[in-house]
Amino acid sequence: MYSYWKNNQLKIAPWIFLAPGILMFSLYVIFPIFQSVNLSFYQWDGLGAKTYIGAENYIELLDDEYFIVSLKNNVIWLVLYLLAVPAGLFAALFLNQTVRGIRIYKSIFFFPFVISQVVVGLVFSWFYDPSNGLLNIILEFFGFDTIAILAEEDYVTYGIIAAGLWPQTAYCMILYLTGLNSVDPEQIEAGRIDNARGWRMLWYVILPQLKPATFIAVVVTIIGALRSFDLIDIMTGGGPWGSSRVLAYYMYEKAFSEYGFRMGYGAAIAVVLLLIMMVYIATILYRLYQDEKGG
Amino acid sequence: MKKIFKNQIALALAGILAGTSAVAGTLVINGDTSDPAPKAAFQAVIDGFEAENPDVDVVYNLFDHEGYKAAIRNFLSADAPDIAFWYAGNRMAPFVEAGLFAPIDDVWADQGLYSLMASSAPGMTMDGKKWGIPYTYYNWGVYYRQDIFEDLGISVPTNWDEFIAAGETLKANGITPITIGSKYLWTAGGVFDYLNLRTNGYDFHMALTSGDIAWTDDRVRATMANYQQLIDGGFFLENHAALSWQEALAPMANGEAAMYIMGNFAVAPLKELGLDDSSLGLFQFPEITPGIPMAEEAPTDTIHLTAGAKNVADAKRFLAYAARPDVQTAWNKALGQLPTNAGAGVTDDKFLNQAFSMLNNNAPGGVAQFYDRDTKAEMASIGMEAFQEFMVKPERLEKILERLEKARQRLY
Repeated sequence: MYSYWKNNQLKIAPWIFLAPGILMFSLYVIFPIFQSVNLSFYQWDGLGAKTYIGAENYIELLDDEYFIVSLKNNVIWLVLYLLAVPAGLFAALFLNQTVRGIRIYKSIFFFPFVISQVVVGLVFSWFYDPSNGLLNIILEFFGFDTIAILAEEDYVTYGIIAAGLWPQTAYCMILYLTGLNSVDPEQIEAGRIDNARGWRMLWYVILPQLKPATFIAVVVTIIGALRSFDLIDIMTGGGPWGSSRVLAYYMYEKAFSEYGFRMGYGAAIAVVLLLIMMVYIATILYRLYQDEKGG
Repeated sequence: MKKIFKNQIALALAGILAGTSAVAGTLVINGDTSDPAPKAAFQAVIDGFEAENPDVDVVYNLFDHEGYKAAIRNFLSADAPDIAFWYAGNRMAPFVEAGLFAPIDDVWADQGLYSLMASSAPGMTMDGKKWGIPYTYYNWGVYYRQDIFEDLGISVPTNWDEFIAAGETLKANGITPITIGSKYLWTAGGVFDYLNLRTNGYDFHMALTSGDIAWTDDRVRATMANYQQLIDGGFFLENHAALSWQEALAPMANGEAAMYIMGNFAVAPLKELGLDDSSLGLFQFPEITPGIPMAEEAPTDTIHLTAGAKNVADAKRFLAYAARPDVQTAWNKALGQLPTNAGAGVTDDKFLNQAFSMLNNNAPGGVAQFYDRDTKAEMASIGMEAFQEFMVKPERLEKILERLEKARQRLY
């Protein structure tokens, strides 16, 4: 026994250290995923007996126009939310200077990330308010008609994304600010000597060195876009007539809200969301793996 | 956490006492009376019950009003109290079907409720049994700016033409006829209910909400045509889809809008905004199809004996107590609502008196619970969303009705 431990110590030890984490992860993440997938083949109201209905939940999803709207909105979120990355970069470049009181300006720019999403949602709801909101006061001042952005099916998702970009930009900015600290001054110096400035300096000298920061910023932004839930709940509750829902919100409504309790259908939506996330997660894991191999 | 702990001690104590005295018991009640007035009102009921029944110790677990709707599903199946608060009509159907509520026909018989609560009895009946005690209800109707109507010489409309004419006069004077905030959808459900009750009558409305009639039926189209007349005529407040029902009170209070199709609970906030008995009035939603008996909306709140109740005997004593006329009089006085027991007295208040007489003398057609309590929950959310969409995009009527019909076929 003792000699077996001696001989294989190096192989076994990591697994012992990993065991608590693996156990927790399996119990609270992996196992529920399989549970959800299983549940998506049933019809269940959360109270009575479960009925096996095969793929019917998925067939119904294909014919559910609210699901299509939610899916479309998720794509819009994924694309537009990424604007936070370049916006954060430029905010960081702008703030990366030494003038009097720069810490205060940095704090102000970072502020929206610190406050709760609920507060962000409320602030923007008031900003968009059709009768007293700042946006419409400004529009009226310039002679435009007022618009109730949160009550217009064509604008509502963009309105919520704009609210979401505010804190997300701040987050990306902080990532880039720390990244900029580690930019090698000698390379900038060398670039100067070779007559690089402005955009060329940014693109060929600075950005490559910010690659790790960009990678993290993109990852957290994509995850943020897929998790977008609180803002939608606070600002519109999915409305008007369900046109601002995303998959996560639709799943919640179908499974847990006052008028929902279709656990199987909710699980089917969750499975679709998981598949979309898997595309990104797989890409990220693959890249991490490649970096590890390279390094 | 603390409450649960107290609860357990009480149970343990009850267990010890049970050895010596057979009647001593703990009665556990879960409820959602989280707003100040309902909370105080129910506490008074508990105090009164404990004073009359010193051998019973009532443990009341108070939940947040919204959180309760999700919590009840868990605690009814996992750790049932003896009594739980809920709502009448189809809203209680899932719990009755899942065997989580227990029938209390004996309480109804002992207290003579079959006659005293005749008007709320249908909403409490499933499978021919009574599943709870209704303790309060409130009316819906058209709340209006009495002073503006008087100034403009508009008399209270009693039929559809007068209603339209009143709206036109208001519009001509720069006043929006009807205020509404449809952000949370249910307000649109109230408008639809009234239009359908008046266009097609109570029996048709109940058949429609029970899923027996197609949404593409011509009679539904007739209701929607009346709805569209109001929408196309610009009767409703602009941007209502962005407003909650509370936000829609402001235009009414400052005279930009003159009518609100609402429940009695809107009176208190409107009075807080500066209206009083002389500037605020109530009228019954006018007749649309002549000859159809008037039916009203009056959602009923209820308490139920759970199937998992541990102290059934005391729970039934409490339910009987809650049904008593004198208890209901005091309870509803504190709530500012109407008692369900015909033997109970109504608080002397302009709106309650009027509503009480409207419901008892001028609603021969019947009393509906409300769109989201009469229909299945999922149909209710799809339906109310559809009404909101229709109010903004009336040109999509056909698509909306088809969607509703598809949902009906799937759900019923």
